[in-house]
Amino acid sequence: MTQQLKFSKDHEWIYLENDDTAVLGITEYAQHALGDLVYVELPKMGASYKKGAHCAVVESVKTAAEVYTPVTGDVVAVNENLSADPEVLKQPIESGWICKIKMTNKDEISSLMNEAEYKDYLKTLG
Amino acid sequence: MNKTTLHSWHTASGARMGAFAGYDMPLFYALGALKEHEHVRMNGMAGAFDISHMGQVRLRGPGIPQFLEQITPSYFQTQKIGAAKYSVLLTSHNTIVDDLIVTKFGDEDYFVVINAGTKDKDIEFFNAHLPSSIVMDRIDHDLIALQGSGAASIIEQILDQSLDDLHFMQARKVGDMIISRLGYTGEDGFEISLPTARTQSFWEDLMAHDAVKPIGLAARDTLRLEMGYSLYGHDIDEAHTPLEADLGFVCSPKNARAAAIPQPQQKRVGIKLNDKGIAREGAEIYDGATLIGILSSGGYSPVLKMGIGMGYVPLTTLASSDISIKVRDNFIPASIVPLPFIPARVRRPLK
Repeated sequence: MTQQLKFSKDHEWIYLENDDTAVLGITEYAQHALGDLVYVELPKMGASYKKGAHCAVVESVKTAAEVYTPVTGDVVAVNENLSADPEVLKQPIESGWICKIKMTNKDEISSLMNEAEYKDYLKTLG
Repeated sequence: MNKTTLHSWHTASGARMGAFAGYDMPLFYALGALKEHEHVRMNGMAGAFDISHMGQVRLRGPGIPQFLEQITPSYFQTQKIGAAKYSVLLTSHNTIVDDLIVTKFGDEDYFVVINAGTKDKDIEFFNAHLPSSIVMDRIDHDLIALQGSGAASIIEQILDQSLDDLHFMQARKVGDMIISRLGYTGEDGFEISLPTARTQSFWEDLMAHDAVKPIGLAARDTLRLEMGYSLYGHDIDEAHTPLEADLGFVCSPKNARAAAIPQPQQKRVGIKLNDKGIAREGAEIYDGATLIGILSSGGYSPVLKMGIGMGYVPLTTLASSDISIKVRDNFIPASIVPLPFIPARVRRPLK
């Protein structure tokens, strides 16, 4: 599974489901930076987002972090478990996701980093 | 960036550090801010805070109560020895320079604790008003808080003396330390002023207790927010008077400065979100479609498990049932509520 993950510079990850649907979450790096999570503002079902648009907000005790979708498309699922317990976001990607976006432009995937590239990117952040 | 004596202890323990008032301070430790908050509120437990960034000042000489009455709205002439008083310094237009705690140890010996971010401003302010009979010295001590219902027995063990006759807002000197029974959490607890050479071993004595956890500034902020305590530069500042800040309890009818403060048109209130979400400082407060104020603090209450905050609103809106807070594009229904959000558990004397 992990080798299929793609990463954005804003520390989101996605993987593809059913060929055209991106499952979206935030990386361990982002989770660690935030600390304890207290609320996740989920996108609305059916909402359309352009690549780079802010689609969700993850709130920790100290701060609110905007989540940007790395792909363009429509929201076809949101992880309601996060409403009851935002810390679910830190679970493995099968349960720790935010939303699923049915992509309208699959080419956008190619501009994202693979895991090795993302690890190199993290090193540049110090 | 300034560092406290315990800075290397914090970093070695894996604390997440962050800048606060020019100091590199622990925001939270391995436990995380939420569990740290819950630990302080848990029966029998205690949280230790390094608050050595705060300012400590000693005033000596005759006429200190009269001097304090010229720069605050409070009355100091009946203050007892060993009593700690909360008050505010006033600008010439009756707004708040800073909030502070003034403890009397003798007729000519007072101990004052001021905020970290306002230290230099306060010292300048004191100097500008200080009569020649009074000497002001900065005390180069550290300050450690131990807060929680388990705090008393732990401090008693470490000091090897009973603190049973020390109540909320009372202080005593123990050797070269000052032990004040007060804090910023609403729990029973102490703030201990001590020479920097003793800080490390005192802190390690605290950490040796199973009931004690180190607590960072993130939980310190959520703990004080649940109590409705003001954070200077956010909830109180030079734009608001103590009456607007709902600090009428520091204003004494026996102080002419207090009498000169105009009746407020707005008031600092508690705000509780009635729906999921977190509203932060700066979020707009609405009564119906009308913008009536801005949150001066806001965040998550680990005890109430909801978003809470504080802000200034016009007195005419206090009874409104149509309050909402704008968070990004959403209007979250909210209520104006009395402070504190949860009852304090400080140790008041039996009447």
